[in-house]
Amino acid sequence: MIHSLFLINNAGDLFLEKHWKSVISRSICDYFFEAREKAVEPDNVPPVIRTPHHYLINIYREKIFFVSVIQTEVPPLFVIEFLHRVAETFQDYFGECSETTIKDNVVIVYELLEEMLDNGFPLATESNILKELIRPPTILRSMVNTITGSSNVGETLPTGQLSNIPWRRAGVKYTNNEAYFDVVEEIDAILDKSGTTVFAEIQGVIDACVKLSGMPDLTLSFMNPRLLDDVSFHPCVRYKRWESERVISFIPPDGNFQLMSYHISAQNLVAIPIYVKQNISFFETGSSGRLDITVGPKQTMGKTVECLVVTVHMPKVVLSANLSATQGTYNYDPVTKILLWDIGKLNPQKLPNLKGSLSLQSGAPKPEENPSLNIDLKIQQFAISGLKVNRLDMYGEKYKPFKGVKYVTKAGKFQVRT
Amino acid sequence: MLGMSANSVSYNEQGSVESGVDAAPWFLCRNEDLKEMLESNKESLKLEAMKRIVGLIAKGKNASELFPAVVKNVASKNIELKKLVYVYLVRYAEEQQDLALLSISTFQRALKDPNQLIRASALRVLSSIRVPIIVPIMMLAIKEAATDLSPYVRKTAAHAIQKLFSLDPDQKEHLIEVIEKLLKDKSTLVAGSVVMAFEEVCPDRIDLIHKNYRKLCNLLVDVEEWGQVVIIHMLTRYARTQFVSPWREDAVFDENSEKAFYDSEEERRVDQSKPYIMDPDHRLLLRNTKPLLQSRNTAVVMAVSQLYWHLSPKHELSIITKSLVRLLRSHREVQYIVLQNIATMSIQRKGMFEPFMKSFYVRSTDATHIKTLKLEILTNLANEANISTILREFQTYVKSQDKAFAAATIQAIGCCATNISEVTDTCLNGLVLLLSNRDETVVAESVVVIKKLLQTQPSQHSDIIKHMAKLFDNITVPMARASILWLMGEYCEHVPKIAPDVLRKMAKTFTDEEDIVKLQIVNLAAKLYLTNSKQTKLLTQYILNLGKYDQNYDIRDRTRFIRQLIVPNEKSGALSKYARRILMAPKPAPVLQSAFKDRDRFQLGTLSHTLNSQASGYLELSDWPAVAPDQSVRNVEVVEPVRLPLRESESEENSNDSNKSSSSQSEKSSSESDSEKKKKTLKNKKLQQQKPDSKDRQKRIRSTCLRIMQHNYSLNYYLPPQIIQKTLNIMTKYILIHIVLSISSPFFVNCMCSLLHLCVFLACQFDAVSWPVRVSLQASSPVFVPETSHELLHRMTGKGLSAQYRFTRQPCIYGNSMVSLQLTLSNRTDQALENIHISEKSSTGQNIHRFNAIERLEPQASVTVSMGVDFNDSTQTANFQLCTKEDEFSVSIQPAVGELLLPITMSEADFTKEQGKLVGMNESSATITITPENVSSQSVNRKVVSVANLGVIPSGQENIYRFAGKTVSSGSLVLVSVALKDPDAMITINTEKTVMGSMLLRQVKTALTNSGP
Repeated sequence: MIHSLFLINNAGDLFLEKHWKSVISRSICDYFFEAREKAVEPDNVPPVIRTPHHYLINIYREKIFFVSVIQTEVPPLFVIEFLHRVAETFQDYFGECSETTIKDNVVIVYELLEEMLDNGFPLATESNILKELIRPPTILRSMVNTITGSSNVGETLPTGQLSNIPWRRAGVKYTNNEAYFDVVEEIDAILDKSGTTVFAEIQGVIDACVKLSGMPDLTLSFMNPRLLDDVSFHPCVRYKRWESERVISFIPPDGNFQLMSYHISAQNLVAIPIYVKQNISFFETGSSGRLDITVGPKQTMGKTVECLVVTVHMPKVVLSANLSATQGTYNYDPVTKILLWDIGKLNPQKLPNLKGSLSLQSGAPKPEENPSLNIDLKIQQFAISGLKVNRLDMYGEKYKPFKGVKYVTKAGKFQVRT
Repeated sequence: MLGMSANSVSYNEQGSVESGVDAAPWFLCRNEDLKEMLESNKESLKLEAMKRIVGLIAKGKNASELFPAVVKNVASKNIELKKLVYVYLVRYAEEQQDLALLSISTFQRALKDPNQLIRASALRVLSSIRVPIIVPIMMLAIKEAATDLSPYVRKTAAHAIQKLFSLDPDQKEHLIEVIEKLLKDKSTLVAGSVVMAFEEVCPDRIDLIHKNYRKLCNLLVDVEEWGQVVIIHMLTRYARTQFVSPWREDAVFDENSEKAFYDSEEERRVDQSKPYIMDPDHRLLLRNTKPLLQSRNTAVVMAVSQLYWHLSPKHELSIITKSLVRLLRSHREVQYIVLQNIATMSIQRKGMFEPFMKSFYVRSTDATHIKTLKLEILTNLANEANISTILREFQTYVKSQDKAFAAATIQAIGCCATNISEVTDTCLNGLVLLLSNRDETVVAESVVVIKKLLQTQPSQHSDIIKHMAKLFDNITVPMARASILWLMGEYCEHVPKIAPDVLRKMAKTFTDEEDIVKLQIVNLAAKLYLTNSKQTKLLTQYILNLGKYDQNYDIRDRTRFIRQLIVPNEKSGALSKYARRILMAPKPAPVLQSAFKDRDRFQLGTLSHTLNSQASGYLELSDWPAVAPDQSVRNVEVVEPVRLPLRESESEENSNDSNKSSSSQSEKSSSESDSEKKKKTLKNKKLQQQKPDSKDRQKRIRSTCLRIMQHNYSLNYYLPPQIIQKTLNIMTKYILIHIVLSISSPFFVNCMCSLLHLCVFLACQFDAVSWPVRVSLQASSPVFVPETSHELLHRMTGKGLSAQYRFTRQPCIYGNSMVSLQLTLSNRTDQALENIHISEKSSTGQNIHRFNAIERLEPQASVTVSMGVDFNDSTQTANFQLCTKEDEFSVSIQPAVGELLLPITMSEADFTKEQGKLVGMNESSATITITPENVSSQSVNRKVVSVANLGVIPSGQENIYRFAGKTVSSGSLVLVSVALKDPDAMITINTEKTVMGSMLLRQVKTALTNSGP
């Protein structure tokens, strides 16, 4: 299946290669570079590239291209999903998945890749198993290792891989047994010029951090499970229980993991927490323009909107911006043409406003379309869909765990057209 | 000046020479340095070197010259070091085939390890070494691993099948046998991997699936996610060959728009009188895959979606919609693939995605290919009811800063306009407005689309054509200009005044136009000549003359053709009469259709579908059979207990846990019995492993060669001469390599022996002679295990801690060359003792595998632990420190020589043959007077095996008793025979280890002369 993997940075340097079958010359990447050049933006590189004898399937993540070489028919999503899993594993191990961290930990990266694929077929991708096979580097451990010469490779055998619960290792022990669940909801919305909602939906995930000893069997139930329109689960969740009783029953992996993701249908009216009044105009003469943006609260259920950020991708002809903000700071990057206005907390008494003039490249025709605004925000202790966790029960173990649920609402792909 | 430059040159030369001299040793130094580190005795240095080498490999730098230095460490005890060596080996083995063979023996040994993970990893690496010469060894290893007790090892075997197949496709038949066996496996761990192997090796052997079909369906939920994808794809293909189409009766209720999809033939075949009943197995598959739509793995969701698309009745299809739309939240690349598949689906079944139309609205931050796909889907979804919403949405897209996207939107508007006649006019008007857009690409695209639209109903739109003619001067994009010219020509009768004027303008600029425009100018001229020759005759002739001398041969060709066609002269007779009918024929309107129209010939979710061309290795999805094949083939004879889905029952998990702990033990015993069985069935030819004592390398090589020759003489008896010749050839080659390389001694000997085995084995294989050659000495289970234990630490000296040890006589699990010991520690004090362990410092050179530290030993309690000591085939005492939290006690173990052996079994004939080789120095014998009670065969056997851990050889002669064993450390053969000649007995011991031989002789002597039990 997956023949080889090349990691390429944004500048086009190939900085890591790994082959699971016969070695394929790195010149195969020339086809990729060609496509990369043609695409201009890294996002526009086609994920599947055909070459005379091979197929290149690539993903772009954290400014790195993961380019895999395929020789025969394979479901492309299989490869793409796997590559993302690799990137996530790196993130998990090194804190971030970047060129520097990969280069710094090249041996661990290699050991990981070796364990994750055998002959191009995924072998161990569960983070719990991998962590037993290869311990993630910590400052303390790497210091101890250099002094004592001990290794990062686990000497014991991963218990999970051989059991029916591959995601959990055996013999977990904690002094404080705790289970935390974060319900994170994101609003995806497109608002049009006049502020009416063109499209809105809510996507939610439940992230869990479970540190429980032994083999706990957990059951999570909701007050209003009917809200959930479409769900997908971590492999540990028993599908049948959900289908029959609408409860989530599972033996959790150890540590952090995403328990489920869900979707609230567009039929339910989605509350939009803020409104945006904007006026961006470019003048035919004088190569200048005007910008005026005001943000105000709409349906916030009495909660405060925090971390409010407005991002505008300006047309290419905009040279600079001379604005004044009543709250927060703004920054215009003339290279990427991105205007970033970091507002912070939204104060309903005194609405934040950004006003001023834009100067355009002289002589160039005025842009036809006004740029759309991307909004970022966060509301703590509040799930915009109204989803509520009812209770969490634990079976199979004697002790009493500490439980907690947190709700957060964020803006997902929240766009205002102008 | 000249002198100066000459000076500077010479200076430069010097400098460069110097730096060259510097650079070369520096470079050598670097690798030399790594080599030195690898050859050092320190683990940490070796590890550091390997880490640096892996760094080099990762960067794509060549590190192949270090191969000999690296491969030596393949048998290292340090797991991380070993793993890194494996990484290196797999990377370079293909390039250094000869040297890679040196590592094979290590893996062969590890394949017999009691630990399942070691077995698995050995098989993994062995099968990853792409050296064609070891194919037979791989085949053997795979066959053995496929029957392993551990599912993990079997999984690895399934992976190895594919590797072997790609290395040597000739093995296909044998591999299919293994696949057939593994397909029957009930473990969820194996299922995915073996189906993968099936798909790779023999996807056409659908008959292998029949019996396993129901099992696979039932296991599916519990298989790991990657395996699920592969199994689902395979089952989709399977179902299409085995079940009849469920689509028949549904076809009646389908939307009109889908008519085209249903093959008219297929509809005719529908037997309305007989209602369709779904095969229960078909239903089983659909039911068991449905929950997987909730998987977090996008590939699994896509696989289930395509399964439903290809297999489910149409009314059940809607359940996949939500899941597919959910995937759109995922990464950019996932979106791309999913959107492509939705695009194909949405052509055939609009209804499925219409409620989710808004999910396909384009965001300004989307990548261009995502935007285009979304546009495609929106176009496909457009119908009378929603067209106004879609067009409004399109209007915002047209203004997009991404001009390529704006152009695509215009195409999409054109598509909507042709598909839905109600909005054609609205669309046309909108497009005409776009003609005054400032951006060229937008205008050009509009012109092209308008041209296509006008072709459908030209008569009503002469004002649009006039408008375009007016804009013509401002349009520079060739495609757009060509389109307008074509429109002028085609409909010149609707615009009789304007067309000649346009031609006049074009005649002026003809030479500066692009080729595509020139062709259309010629075209326009010809058409005008035919309709309005009075005004345009001269112009046409001028243009035809220009065309005649054009640089492009297409244009010259066309000009010549047109001239002959329209200008009447003597030569052109018949055709010119029809010129008008040829040029002005009514042309059918172009059909604007989706690029995904014919994508459905590929199975959804495949690479071929994404590329819209057949990828290598693509397996065609067959059409439904008209009549269902025999259903009973899927019946399994033995009614199996229905397997509960694992996750549902807690008790099963617990029982599984307990299974795990006992598994290693049961495995071990089974592998032993297994090997014994084989011995009975196979007439084994045993070859001896020998170790030269001499330290002089030259001498060693010579003696090894000699011994090999000796072996060959003995082989002479069995083997045809050509095989011997080949064996010798192969061997000579490797011996030469050895001389070239300076390889440290124990490793060398190991290699030598394994190579010898390999050579004979291969020589047989080359000639396709199935020769039952057994290549390793197989240890058997001990005949007798003495219960006596020896004191290690007395409770007085040990301050209350007492320790006793005894020899278990089992092969040691910690290392092949270790003697296995059992230690019983007891606490005779009235306080608990803490942290009992063996100190890290070993005073003598023996390699000791320590037991895990005992955290706490309660008063009066005792605990039994096992440890391994490598005595290195000598009776030297092993000294070490037994420590508690407070104290340290020096203790020592002196093994009896009989405990340094492991029993082996062989046939009597082999015994005498081997004995014949170990004569002279290697033989020691003594005659004793045996006590009368020891004369019986039972007592002789009992006496000897209690003294030494030997295996009893069944003897055909009375009064002669034979025993065989090998030394634990070096594996040298030890043969003991006792011949009774009343009242005397003659004891003969043959072994290479002469010291051990004489010691053993003394012990056997005392045992047989002593009376008592």
